Amino acid sequence: MKRALYLLSVVLLVTVLLGVTLVANAQERTAVIGFTASTTGKYNVESTRQINGLNLWLNQVNESGGITLSDGTVVTFETVFYDDESNTDRVQELYTRLATDDNADFLISPYSSGLTDASSIIAEQYGKVMITTGAASDSTYQKGYSLVFQTYTPASRYLTGALDLLASLDESATKIAIVHENDKFSSDVSTALNEYALALGYEVVLFEGYDSGTTDFAPFINKIQDAAPDAVLGGGHFQDGSTFARQLYEKGIDLKFVALLVAPPEPSFSELGDAAVGVVGPSQWEPLGLIDAMAAEAAGLEFFGPSGQEFIDAYMAAYDEEPSYHAAGGYVAGLLLQKAIIDADSLDTQAIKEALDNMDLLTFFGHMQFDTTPEAHGLQIGHSMMYIQWQGEGDMLEKAIVWPPEAVTGDALYPIRGE
Amino acid sequence: MDILTFLVDGLLIGFVYGIAAMGLTLIWGVMNVINLSHGPIIALGMFGIYFAATSLGVNPYVGVILVSFAGLLLGMLIYAIAIHRVINAPHLSTLLATFAVNMIIIGLGTTAFTTSAYNVDFSLGNISVGPVNTPTTRVVAALASVLVTGALYFFLYRTTLGKYVRAVTDNRAAAELMGIPSARILALSFGLGTMLAAIAGGLIATFFPFTILSGGAYELKSFVVGVMGGVGNPLGALIGGLILGTFEGVIPAFMPTSWVPVLEFILFVVILLVRPTGLLGAKK
Repeated sequence: MKRALYLLSVVLLVTVLLGVTLVANAQERTAVIGFTASTTGKYNVESTRQINGLNLWLNQVNESGGITLSDGTVVTFETVFYDDESNTDRVQELYTRLATDDNADFLISPYSSGLTDASSIIAEQYGKVMITTGAASDSTYQKGYSLVFQTYTPASRYLTGALDLLASLDESATKIAIVHENDKFSSDVSTALNEYALALGYEVVLFEGYDSGTTDFAPFINKIQDAAPDAVLGGGHFQDGSTFARQLYEKGIDLKFVALLVAPPEPSFSELGDAAVGVVGPSQWEPLGLIDAMAAEAAGLEFFGPSGQEFIDAYMAAYDEEPSYHAAGGYVAGLLLQKAIIDADSLDTQAIKEALDNMDLLTFFGHMQFDTTPEAHGLQIGHSMMYIQWQGEGDMLEKAIVWPPEAVTGDALYPIRGE
Repeated sequence: MDILTFLVDGLLIGFVYGIAAMGLTLIWGVMNVINLSHGPIIALGMFGIYFAATSLGVNPYVGVILVSFAGLLLGMLIYAIAIHRVINAPHLSTLLATFAVNMIIIGLGTTAFTTSAYNVDFSLGNISVGPVNTPTTRVVAALASVLVTGALYFFLYRTTLGKYVRAVTDNRAAAELMGIPSARILALSFGLGTMLAAIAGGLIATFFPFTILSGGAYELKSFVVGVMGGVGNPLGALIGGLILGTFEGVIPAFMPTSWVPVLEFILFVVILLVRPTGLLGAKK
């Protein structure tokens, strides 16, 4: 009897211990994602949408119960963020705070190449994986960093497709003007565009930068008028790009083709009315170009995350507006982190870095794959741009994808003004 | 190259720089106060006509008139609250007081309007004369600037209140001994300065987009223009504005636009060295 009681006690003890172990294994772990947002300053529009996208992803993951690792740990997420005021000087201070005081497990970049470049060195210095979004400059990934991974198509391929489009529309077009914002991203894009144009045999009749925050484009427009190019390409970000487009229209210059960075794909660009008509813009993602699991199957790639339509529906339900590519970029930054954690089955930085290095998949945002060479580690090599154009008149403007040919949803309007 | 196009664009914007600088230089000349809240008040003028046009549905130029009165009252209020008690203190005190007002307006403005760009959706078409093709709103702004300068001169030289302002500018103590209520005249002068800033902002908003931070650039130009034309000299401010506008318009015809501030500030330093009181002389 005594022996039976002893055995029973042992069994009970083992059961309790096992239970405790299981409970312990099923522990929750809240991963902290740190980032800065340009709540104020000139990147306010783009940054706000980017953060909207990221928050949508975070809410969806948390509401679906988080990510369960093989050891039973349930990973949920929370964010810590600060306003960087669209100011490079603030970014390094704030990312240092995120990495040290706030103990962020992962970092997401701020919006814009300049701010991201400033934050990347902090991520690397403190050994934090950073997914960059809203940041296309190539040079950030050519500095020997190993933990910084790019979501966007790099700047060197940002506007080159617009020239391919121009060539397909008009073989007689020979002269182009490049007028761009004097920031890191726009300068990188324009330098690459200039080289590409010269290689294609175009004459670049004007290549000039303007200060960030410029509101009076009259001197540049006068120069454009004087140089009489077939096409004007360049721009920078939303505020300056939309002002440039508006003033180009107001000056009444007969231009056949205008392609500007960042601003045209934003839904609010259409508020320019007739000034927006015909303006082409490179877009990292468009609601029109829906990508889903079937597309992945056709491409022979793994598909991860929601389909394009599911993302649009969720975003519209959350924010009551159509998502721009900045919003999609914010969402996909979180999605890539989620996939890397699943693949790594861990929150360990090195394991997640390896998972990202090995990533080759399709999301609703497009093909995602990173350069793993030491020369350009983390550079996005899978994703490609789309080019949209605003068409119609007055208040009835609609976007059409006009390039590349496989994604086209409407014929390009050409020439946009004049003959 | 058609230099006329560059020149006309520069001159047209120069008129508006002139009127913005006039507000700063008036306050500087009359009360020896460098008003660091000048930029945010220009921005408030921009928002003023935006809301007048969108909420009240009035024509933006009617909005400019409304905004000018609001600017006058706001300036007098700022003077009474932030400046009056430190008007006789060392310069640093008034500088800090107006800087504090600057921060308050920008802080409240950022909260209320964010820093997203606003646009007054308004067009009067274009005016084409020969090779020059320019939006009519810019021409109207230049004409309005001339009108406001004339009105300011009329006020200063043809009215009793204007005479009081000039008397306080020349010698505040003597003016007080003559029975001029200097505190009220100083409040009025500050109000006139902010009224001019608000008018400049309102006119700029008819053709440029703006944010609550947009006034900063015009404040900086106003300093340059004010010193160039002569502190406290309204006509000097207008001429300084035209010189600055001409530089901004014409220099890009010959070299990259990034050279504009370099040459502008070289001219600024030269004027300070050769004629420290400004082209038309400071009003003392």
